[in-house]
Amino acid sequence: MDLIRKMENVSVLGAAGKMGSGILVLLSLEMAKLKIGKKEDKEFVLNAIDVSQSALNSLSGYVKSQLVKHGEKNIVELRNWYEDREDLIDNEEIISQFVYDVMEMIQTSTRIETAYSSQLIFEAIKEDKALKVKLFSQIKQNNPDAWFLTNTSSIPIGGIEKEAGLNGDIIGYHFYNPPVIQKLLEIIKTDNTNDDLAAFSIDLAKSMRKIIVQSRDIAGFIGNGHFMRDALYALNLAEELAKTEGWAKAFFLIDTISRDLLVRPMGIFQLLDYVGIDVARFILESMQPSFPNEKLSHTTLNELFDNEVKGGQFADGSQKNGIFKYQKGRITEVYDLKQAKYMVTESIEMDCAALLGELPTLKLYWKSIVRDVKKADHLKKFFNELHQMDSVGANLAIAYGKNSKAIGQMLVSTKVAASKEDVNTVMETGFFHAYGPINEYF
Amino acid sequence: MLAGYNTISMGTGRNEFHPKKPRPDMEHYIQEAGRATLKMIGGAKNVDEGVIGNFMASRFNRQANLPAFFPLIDADLKYKPAVRVEGACASGGLALTTGMKSILAETADVVLVLGFEVQNTMKAVYGADVLSGAGWQKTRKEGHAYFFPGVFSDRAGVYYEKFGREITRKAMAKWYCNAIENARLCKTAQEFHNTNKDLEETANTPVNPKGFVDHLNVFDCSKVSDGASAIAIVSEEGLKRIGLHAKDAVEILGFAHIVADVTQKPEVMTSLTTMKAVAEKAMKMAGITVDQLGTVEVHDCFSIAGIMAMEAIGFAEEGKGATFVLEGHTSRGGEVPVNTTGGLIGWGHPTGATGVHQAVTIWEQLTGQAGEAQIEITKEKPYAMSVNMGGDDKSLVAIVYKRGE
Repeated sequence: MDLIRKMENVSVLGAAGKMGSGILVLLSLEMAKLKIGKKEDKEFVLNAIDVSQSALNSLSGYVKSQLVKHGEKNIVELRNWYEDREDLIDNEEIISQFVYDVMEMIQTSTRIETAYSSQLIFEAIKEDKALKVKLFSQIKQNNPDAWFLTNTSSIPIGGIEKEAGLNGDIIGYHFYNPPVIQKLLEIIKTDNTNDDLAAFSIDLAKSMRKIIVQSRDIAGFIGNGHFMRDALYALNLAEELAKTEGWAKAFFLIDTISRDLLVRPMGIFQLLDYVGIDVARFILESMQPSFPNEKLSHTTLNELFDNEVKGGQFADGSQKNGIFKYQKGRITEVYDLKQAKYMVTESIEMDCAALLGELPTLKLYWKSIVRDVKKADHLKKFFNELHQMDSVGANLAIAYGKNSKAIGQMLVSTKVAASKEDVNTVMETGFFHAYGPINEYF
Repeated sequence: MLAGYNTISMGTGRNEFHPKKPRPDMEHYIQEAGRATLKMIGGAKNVDEGVIGNFMASRFNRQANLPAFFPLIDADLKYKPAVRVEGACASGGLALTTGMKSILAETADVVLVLGFEVQNTMKAVYGADVLSGAGWQKTRKEGHAYFFPGVFSDRAGVYYEKFGREITRKAMAKWYCNAIENARLCKTAQEFHNTNKDLEETANTPVNPKGFVDHLNVFDCSKVSDGASAIAIVSEEGLKRIGLHAKDAVEILGFAHIVADVTQKPEVMTSLTTMKAVAEKAMKMAGITVDQLGTVEVHDCFSIAGIMAMEAIGFAEEGKGATFVLEGHTSRGGEVPVNTTGGLIGWGHPTGATGVHQAVTIWEQLTGQAGEAQIEITKEKPYAMSVNMGGDDKSLVAIVYKRGE
């Protein structure tokens, strides 16, 4: 297969979005390897396509800053790439030439027709099946050889393929946020995906130095398959707790437990805020049809949404108000659903600590153990102690951990994931968990 | 020479250092060091002239005309003579010899000598471009992205082949451990806050030729530092003027300043031949031999340079520097404690300040003011020497000291 020919003209749909812009950077680096590194004498074109002209205008700032970072990190390699350019002497000159050369390949466009000349179409538009189908079928009709790599996170790819008439020329290519940094890539083949495309996808992912996990084409795949069910469980717990303690304490407690007692990087409700309440609802809605026997929605989520509590992030990456309000990334206020107003967390912290009751004497923080080679020993000790306690906090945490494990096992038994290792890899790399959900601790 | 002062060596390693937060500027460092020394010598009114050593403020800080910063230290320095000297990383050493020559020429009795560099104004990858100015620019293109680490990595590679990789690597690791252990005793050292429990493991971090150089890891390298050092050089007349005693000072018994051709490659990759010549010359002028040295401050811009310096000064034969270090002779309790506050790897390397910093450290040790880092100076070995190097064995300054009587 001629990989270079495929990479000569590439389009990214939704290129100005959060995921799209990251994917654009990764692809530009891959094309740079061919154009600058291997000195392939071809006209490389990378189309950044988006509906928003103004978003495209501000895209180049992000891309340039990422290219500079890449250049600074890989200066040894870049000096080799540019060794014949006698006019480029300092690292600084080489890095700016590199940025210039890469930017020269990128062309922005608001017209879908631009993608008609691309061999590869990467898609990172919003999670909307009908829209994806419409765009793909239009491109396919005008560009029959195109391959589609879609950043779909929860909609079954096979359904899109069928409706858009893609004849196996599509594969799920699910990056995690932010794509430039996050190592995980979920690859989802449909029953029909052509072998060349599948092989190409894996080669490309390896070249991007991604950790690849292949997931079966079942709505939600591995990542959201676990995360969404984990969140629904947490919402149930909060709902129950809210009956006696009120919503503010319920949200705060379950978030604290899922972070501190499960030793995760952030609590489950903070994660919902990070992803966006609206986005989470959207993912659940798109998963629901594939699981008629499972209720994939939550009244609490809907009520939050109706009250304009949506989370998500500002363009600069800072967190919008959601279930919590934040200052410099720290939780300062929590939403009381019943009273429809925020409360300062300081005012409930003492009560919540009293409610949790006895906790392990061994203090274990995600940040301090996640890169520790002996983390398994620390976790074992910590969870052992947790098991021996009979406090509200310990019991909730154990039940939470068991449920998370059950979700993971279900993903394996229903063959969404090929193995428990795949589930654990996704949660450890895609969600930065210090340990996988399928473990011996629970 | 007396009234020495070192600012903190600021950069990675210091708890207060954060690459994205504002930091003290070059004006701050010049003032802090200059004022501290002036205070010890009775104020600026006693000073006849100033010498400032600096390597690349023109690029790190976009600033030239450095002599005119003396009046910023103290208004009483206005309308007095001052000069800036440059010889890459030996700029500080050159500032000292320039001051000494004014004293010897009897054109001044009290000279305020200051060295500084503020180089965290840019990332290391761009700082490497600036620092490559210490080499010949016509070789920059063929050089490594990290130019000087590349130069000494090449030397290390040849040294490994000639004298054994394993023993040399071990000695380089030992050099690093000594540097950090010494730096932990000195509050101004960049590695003062280092709490690493397994220094040896860190020192043996595998090399990463894809991201850095072939034969050195980052712990074999000196630091990127902001800092300044100041000291006063005075004649006997000057000593009277400032009202201090000879025992508060160190006496300069010998000094040498020589250069080699910057456009030429090293004659012998495994030897610092210019350093050898400068050390011999300084000791000859002082009338001492190497075994009379109680402590030395050497220019360990890289651990391999430290080992080669032991040979160049004459502590060990060629190829035996590694063994000399491994046997503990350069450690605090060894035959000749080297770089007692950490040297360039442990204390830090604000390039233009380093030569002056070495002199300040020796002044502190010989006059018993080194605090926690104090070593014992015996009657049998009352002498000390500093060796300051600019570029790859190109501009060299060596000074021999003894406590005043």
